[in-house]
Amino acid sequence: MIRRIFAIARIEALITIRNRWVLTATLIMLLFAIALTWAGSAPTGTLGVDMLTVSVASMTTLSVYLAPLLALMMAFDGIAGEADRGSLGLLLSYPATRTEILIGKFLAHLGALAFAMAVGFGAAGALAASFGSVSAESLVALARLILTSILLGAVFLALGYMVSALASAPTGAAGICAGVWLVFVVLYDLGLLGALMADGGGWFTETVFPWAMIANPADAFRIWNVAASEGVAMTTGLTAAAASLPQWAAPLSLIVWPVLALFGARHFFERLEP
Amino acid sequence: MVDTVLTIEAARKRRGDIDVLRNISLTASAGQRIALLGHNGAGKSTLMKAALGLTPLSSGHIFIDGAPAGSAHARTATAYLPEAVSFHKSITASEQLALFARLAATDVSQVPSLLERVGLGDAMHRRIGTYSKGMRQRLGLAQVLLARPRLALLDEPTSGLDPISRHELFAIIDEMAERGTCVVISSHTLTEVEARTDRIAILRSGRLVADDTLSNLSQNAGLKTRVRIRANGTEADRIATEIGGKRINGTSVEIFCGTGEKMSELRRITAMGSAVADIDMQPPRLEDLYRFYSSEESQ
Repeated sequence: MIRRIFAIARIEALITIRNRWVLTATLIMLLFAIALTWAGSAPTGTLGVDMLTVSVASMTTLSVYLAPLLALMMAFDGIAGEADRGSLGLLLSYPATRTEILIGKFLAHLGALAFAMAVGFGAAGALAASFGSVSAESLVALARLILTSILLGAVFLALGYMVSALASAPTGAAGICAGVWLVFVVLYDLGLLGALMADGGGWFTETVFPWAMIANPADAFRIWNVAASEGVAMTTGLTAAAASLPQWAAPLSLIVWPVLALFGARHFFERLEP
Repeated sequence: MVDTVLTIEAARKRRGDIDVLRNISLTASAGQRIALLGHNGAGKSTLMKAALGLTPLSSGHIFIDGAPAGSAHARTATAYLPEAVSFHKSITASEQLALFARLAATDVSQVPSLLERVGLGDAMHRRIGTYSKGMRQRLGLAQVLLARPRLALLDEPTSGLDPISRHELFAIIDEMAERGTCVVISSHTLTEVEARTDRIAILRSGRLVADDTLSNLSQNAGLKTRVRIRANGTEADRIATEIGGKRINGTSVEIFCGTGEKMSELRRITAMGSAVADIDMQPPRLEDLYRFYSSEESQ
């Protein structure tokens, strides 16, 4: 079983590298991380925190948009593309189960994402260190940012496969993936914000709102990074929501989501007739 | 004892309102080469996908080497060549075949020699995106040869191949059969597979309408030999009235006769003497046979 998973992961990794996905993702992360660190170097003095702390805060906001986007772009073709080319039937005629194929693809794509995150955010850390503006605490925040970005990527990889198994063609899958991104990353927050305004600090704001936020992996990612680091919280406005939640809530959401989404992807993949 | 490799029992498949497969039963044993014929949409590909466990049957069973279709043992025992096979364009033939070897848990070191065997030796380290359709088909064939399967299901294997590659394909099929693999070849042209298979199964709108050797099939079909008589000068009319055939142009008459009547008809024609300039006889062709079994009005 492990051997078959690695065989799939190996070929998918080759495809991801040759499609220039690893290069593209890494360059995008690198570019934004360095730009944000550079830009963040100006206001540090007034806030009384080091340069890396400020840049982790900006990079958290960036990663909320970018990690899901890169993951969905890698994943949408994963199953629909094979079905469209006609290679899925052949692959499935081999003694590899659909679960093994799914996990193999997931490992390869997650590896590519992890590489891009580690290199991009790592470079930002190195840059801040070269200016001598790094504390032990900010390094922990950076490591947390990298780890949680990979987890967030994992959620959207799995969601991407789910869409890919549901859609009959890669173009359809790409369209639905764009919708998934929009809903999770933009519209969900807008909806919550609207509800918050209507409620005006009542029961919804007190009890439902924090949990509704945590239920969305993108918000859970934000809250985990913000709540765990005082310096980061200072520079963003999420402290109030984060404070009313137990500490384990955000990490739990971000760990449960990829698992659930992978099960969902497997469910729809099992139903697919090539 | 007959070593049965493939057993299909009363297989039915409904898709919406349409019966794609209707009560198909078929068995095949080791070393047999079977041609699965039928028009486009007759159910050939569906039957193959059902045998692979890719498409669930509405009712009935398929067993491969004693194991239910789609089970781990059945998949290990089966090799498949899909119609118009395709692969990801950015990997090479040797990488693709190595993946299949790993999935089938066979020796990866045989990959180069297998690619040589199907004529892809020079191209094995080139990306599949640069391949022609025929080359992709050869790569598909190479993966069939990987694991010495008990059953090989080849869906339209000749499509996209030039005549020489086609010849090589059948040489490979013969070799597999000699080693004991049961080979099922689907096709919509009987002429292509007739001399290369031991048995012919014909599907028509999801029904198995024939399953026998070629000679038995032609005997049962009772197809007639066509005799074309060319008349001398203006004798065509007289020949047509006396022999009882059909005028097909100014000088020729055409009659059809069964296997038993051939000699007596010939005697009647020669008895007309110099009125007949020439005769041309055409025994039933394979295409006629195929048309007989696969056309709706025949049965």
